[in-house]
Amino acid sequence: MQFFQPATWVEALETKAAHPEAVPIAGGTDVMVELNLDHNRPPAFIDLTRIGELTEWGMEDGLLRVGAGVTYTRLVDELGDRLPALAIASRTVGSPQIRNRGTVGGNLGTASPAGDALPPLLACDAQVELASTSGARRVPVREFFTGPKRNAMKKDELIAAYWVASAPGPQQFAKVGTRNAMVIAVCSFALALDPTRRIAGTGIGSAGPTPLRATEADEFIAGELDWANHTRPSEATLARFGELVAAAAKPIDDVRGTADYRRHALAVMARRCLSWCWN
Amino acid sequence: MKVGESVRRPDGQAKVHGSFVYSSDLHVDGMLWGATVRSPHPHARILSIEAAAARAMPGVHAVLTHADVPGEKLYGLEIADQPVLAIDEVNYWGEAVALVAADHPEQARRAAAAVKVEYEVLPPVTRAEDGRVLRHVKIRHGDQSAHAEVVVRGDYEIGMQDQAPLGPESGLAIPDGAGGVDLHIATQWLHVDQQQLASILALPREKVRLTMAGIGGAFGSREDLSMQAHACLLAIRTGSPVKIAYSRPESFVGHVHRHPGTLVYEHGADRDGKLVYVKARILLDGGAYASSSTAVIANATCFSCGPYLMPNATIDGIVVYTNNPPCGAMRGFGSVQNCYAHEAQMDKLAAALGMDPVELRIKNALKTGDRLITGQIIDGPVPVAELLRRVRAFPEPAGDGLMPGGYSNTTHGEGVKRGVGYAAGFKNIGYSEGFDDYSTARVRLFVHEGRPRVEVHSAAAEVGQGVVMVQAQIAGSVLGVNDVVVLNADTGVGSAGSSSASRQTYITGGAVQAAAEAVRARVIELGESELGGELPVGNEAALATLLGDAVIEETREFRPRATHHLDPETGQSDAHMQFAFAAHRAIVDVDTELGLVKVVELTTAQDVGKAINPLAVEGQLEGGAAQGLGLAVMEEIQLKDGVIRNASFTDYLLPTMLDMPPVKMDILELGDPNSPYGLKGVGEPPTISSGPAIVAAIRAATGREIDRVPVRPHDLTL
Repeated sequence: MQFFQPATWVEALETKAAHPEAVPIAGGTDVMVELNLDHNRPPAFIDLTRIGELTEWGMEDGLLRVGAGVTYTRLVDELGDRLPALAIASRTVGSPQIRNRGTVGGNLGTASPAGDALPPLLACDAQVELASTSGARRVPVREFFTGPKRNAMKKDELIAAYWVASAPGPQQFAKVGTRNAMVIAVCSFALALDPTRRIAGTGIGSAGPTPLRATEADEFIAGELDWANHTRPSEATLARFGELVAAAAKPIDDVRGTADYRRHALAVMARRCLSWCWN
Repeated sequence: MKVGESVRRPDGQAKVHGSFVYSSDLHVDGMLWGATVRSPHPHARILSIEAAAARAMPGVHAVLTHADVPGEKLYGLEIADQPVLAIDEVNYWGEAVALVAADHPEQARRAAAAVKVEYEVLPPVTRAEDGRVLRHVKIRHGDQSAHAEVVVRGDYEIGMQDQAPLGPESGLAIPDGAGGVDLHIATQWLHVDQQQLASILALPREKVRLTMAGIGGAFGSREDLSMQAHACLLAIRTGSPVKIAYSRPESFVGHVHRHPGTLVYEHGADRDGKLVYVKARILLDGGAYASSSTAVIANATCFSCGPYLMPNATIDGIVVYTNNPPCGAMRGFGSVQNCYAHEAQMDKLAAALGMDPVELRIKNALKTGDRLITGQIIDGPVPVAELLRRVRAFPEPAGDGLMPGGYSNTTHGEGVKRGVGYAAGFKNIGYSEGFDDYSTARVRLFVHEGRPRVEVHSAAAEVGQGVVMVQAQIAGSVLGVNDVVVLNADTGVGSAGSSSASRQTYITGGAVQAAAEAVRARVIELGESELGGELPVGNEAALATLLGDAVIEETREFRPRATHHLDPETGQSDAHMQFAFAAHRAIVDVDTELGLVKVVELTTAQDVGKAINPLAVEGQLEGGAAQGLGLAVMEEIQLKDGVIRNASFTDYLLPTMLDMPPVKMDILELGDPNSPYGLKGVGEPPTISSGPAIVAAIRAATGREIDRVPVRPHDLTL
């Protein structure tokens, strides 16, 4: 097993180009579990923790560009006001030790349907910046997940950053787990509202082969909400929104919960998140 | 260092700092690593084992199968029915089939994967209803055709809980070059391991020496052999030290679990709420091998009615063999499963009678001199009613403000309802049914650097419960000496019995007390001859002068009062030695729309007889309640067709800091007239009634009938 420690981003991309089977590692909170449980023995690792620019964030072209290596702890501490749904989701990740190490880049790379950061990125219409020695490209998160633990990355690409608008309106995230901390989502839900453009975005976690967007629910609620006067949506509207979110899920029965419960819980969370966003 | 003082444990700081040496940290130069080939089927015939390819791999020193076991090929705590390595059939998923020793753990695992076992897959028996009966305990007490004015019935289901000790099974076997072996092992009972190993290895006992290694919890999981025989077989075969350390997934198949069960109960009472009868059928799934199932089912049956006076009882307790993972000892030992049922029944009865559930319990609470359903007259303090009154009297808390779901932001108060529930439970302390219960302790007194020092040596396994400090405190109290050293436990001294059944403080404590008193008597004798009758005990300087170069050593065995077999047809007998009681109140907030639970508070009252080390007692009451909470709301080994689906701490969930509330406790010291210092075993009662109180509180919050634990979100919503 080879272990590369590139000092610069360029060197990291060159290493990845030369060793396309090499697995990038930052916080290691997914990679090390796979390794320790003997699920995966990749021929090589590329340690990205020496590359400072991966841990930076700032405004560019009117959007936030957040380095793939920014930890969950820093998202909570530094970006809670600009990316509230992502920050709430980050607070639910693992334990303090895991949040100090884990990164959204890793969540995107693993592309698990249970990745806590992924529903907020979907709801916010974020873009993933992928890079290789031949250049960089941006892929909308909506198109990034191609199957269970599969994504749109090419063999020679690394995740550089993600791009997302500083919250133009209220956002919420909720996650059901069977204990009160350190739990993989039974299912999760994110909601982002943009009152200026009068659109809504949703994200569903752990209730399908990939993180999902509830497109019908987005369109329904964008049309129903009283953007001008901000009156409260009716109970019927909240309930219908919940139903549409539940209908968009493609859950299964597994050790964490049943498909029926996941649909039920998504409807409840969707209703609650919408009422919190709107009040 | 006196009895009754709160003394800190000697290994606490090292554990917090990460410097404590656990059995998985053991190392000697040149040691090999063992790995285990395990069955991928819950039931299959072994057609062939092809090991040549594995043997030929570089760094591989041995591959062993059942044919390489020199002595008895079967072992077991009660019944020798479990193969050291599978012979011609595998009976559960993960059963050990072959062993590998290699230079490196990774190479050992790869070689294990290279051992080709050909199986003919057989249909597994995975429902207890279809299992073969291992033991059927019958209790026929009082009028077998009793009728009552008010009758409630219930069917209850208990999931399979894991002991989940944080330290997985591990140890190091070192061959002595003369045909014998030294095993460094984290276990609950050195001598029963030694006895089984001598039989498996076909060696006299003195050639199999065991030394206690640093343990990361046990809770019953280390009563049976796991890797002990495997490491010794490999070490003797290769002539090299061999270490085996299980991973967490392997640990899930490497030890027995708490029996899952189905319990069918019918309670009858008169209009005033006086209990008239219980009819119950308790069916526990023992899994593939017997382990301690025969004793667990006896407990489940004997304590099936809870700590209440029950004039008439018809109880059938049945444990069966299946092709599920073997089940055996876990904290509470049969009294946990039945407590969920009898306490749910008491609440149902209270509802049917229109009575307060605590008042109903108090009205029927066992008292000193009452007759149990096994016919035994219960002596000593029996403060069941008092314990219930005390937990009820605590003021109800506001909670820490954390909603169900914790920081997962699932509710801002929507759907949240509070519930309060009560439960009481009891069980036996020490061994029952005529099993010879004893412990051995050696106490030595001498002068060290001008001061008297006491050395205590026993084979009592420190499993985290604090038996090291208990021994030091008792010896220090008897001899009035502050410098007390407790030697590491090993088989160089007689058996202490197991660290289980909440018995070690009582039995080994009793042995240490007896040995220390024998030393004290000799000091007094010495004082009479040297000092004309002066007693230097308590005066360290005078004692040191008196002792001079003398070393006074005494070894004593201690036995509590004897117990007797259960009558096979009626279950009537004085089968138990001591009984311990606890009660819990639980307060929960439930998100009734999402089915998420936050236990806001647990309150307990328990009679411990005498707290030898109050700090350690508090630790037992808190830790035991946490394990009870786990089974109530999250801990379950999930099986599908005999295969464990969640063999990791990612999916086998244990309570975290945010799940476990503070435990308020009222510790009573009522003094048992029969025991050393009046103490009672304390380790298990906290695990018995804590969970049932939580489930009662969830019922109160949701209004739902909950007949299964752990309670899952979909049980509360769909």
